[in-house]
Amino acid sequence: MSLSLLFGIVITSIFINNVIFAQFLGLCPFFGVTKKLSSALGMGMAVIFVLTISSAITWVVNDYILVPFKLEYLQTVVFILVIASLVQFVELLIQKSAPTLYQALGVFLPLITTNCAVLGIALINMTKSYGFIAATVNGLATAIGFTVALLLMAGIREKLEYSDIPNSFKGLPITFITAGLLAIAFMGFSGMKL
Amino acid sequence: MSKNKSVSAQLFNGIFKENPTFVLVIGLCPTLAVTTSAINGLGMGVATLLVLVLSNFFISVVSRFTPSQVRIPVYVIVISTIVTVIGMLMQAYLPTLYLALGIFVPLIVVNCIILARAEMYAAKNGPIRSIIDGLGIGIGFVLALTLLGSIREIIGSGSWFGESLFGANYQGALIMILPPGAFLTIGVLMAIIQKFKKRRGKR
Repeated sequence: MSLSLLFGIVITSIFINNVIFAQFLGLCPFFGVTKKLSSALGMGMAVIFVLTISSAITWVVNDYILVPFKLEYLQTVVFILVIASLVQFVELLIQKSAPTLYQALGVFLPLITTNCAVLGIALINMTKSYGFIAATVNGLATAIGFTVALLLMAGIREKLEYSDIPNSFKGLPITFITAGLLAIAFMGFSGMKL
Repeated sequence: MSKNKSVSAQLFNGIFKENPTFVLVIGLCPTLAVTTSAINGLGMGVATLLVLVLSNFFISVVSRFTPSQVRIPVYVIVISTIVTVIGMLMQAYLPTLYLALGIFVPLIVVNCIILARAEMYAAKNGPIRSIIDGLGIGIGFVLALTLLGSIREIIGSGSWFGESLFGANYQGALIMILPPGAFLTIGVLMAIIQKFKKRRGKR
């Protein structure tokens, strides 16, 4: 695996093929925890941690257990179990080491299990038949892209609080429109070939 | 939730009052990703509906014997098994739709709607009630996806369910098919709904 190829994966996953704006994965936390910059950052960090490790573990599980025994059709079932237990572990870890962060994230931490980005990237890694390193790097880069999107959105939403929005657009509608404009901005990257 | 609500009231509740897309705002990923055309939206909606009805049924049966500490893993196994089976059926009988929906078929597992209904409704109610609840919410989801898909397809490519509407000269607004179009469409739709709600509130 050459370095330039890995670099390509990183840039593609963060900008060109951003999880939120191009692939539509992980939208629930994107709209759920982006009211404040601090909680967006916390969620982003948790996802970076979980997504990197889960990409690595699901690759190992797939290549050393599922493929040798011809059980690829169980991918979805097995992956979701791996991810669910991993999330539980991260939850315990944060609860012990950073109680304030734990309080800020509240209900959203267990919801990482149902964050489709985590399962989605694991499945995409398998369909693209990445190697171990490429899969892990892809998980990490995708999570960074996710965090970038969350932070952008949270920053804008904090400013939106003070602006004069038409009544019907207050709350979620304007958030969706903002996301649409951000997605247009991210389309600017789509011409890049790597 | 009252146990003796009528069947039609329960269906109505799922379709309008607790519409998963426009009121509860959950299960957004497939909603926005696959609604590039009406037929894709409908296909995704129906697949999710089937999974939701089956999972609600099985979970309401199983939940009586499940200790509450391990309920989430149990639910997830039940749901992912159902999704795998439905995915295989789609691959066999509707291969083009299966390809068009791509990764979002296995991702029905992590659709928040399904786990939310399992936890909030199916675990506390009987099997028949749970099936009806799944039907109501599922139909609400189908309608929302078909609506979104229709709007994006009509504006974006000038056709509806693949039938050309405005003749060959119509040049579609490509942006509606691309990701930004999804966000903009649902944003405007929600603004319209909010407007109507406010008007009704004033009366």
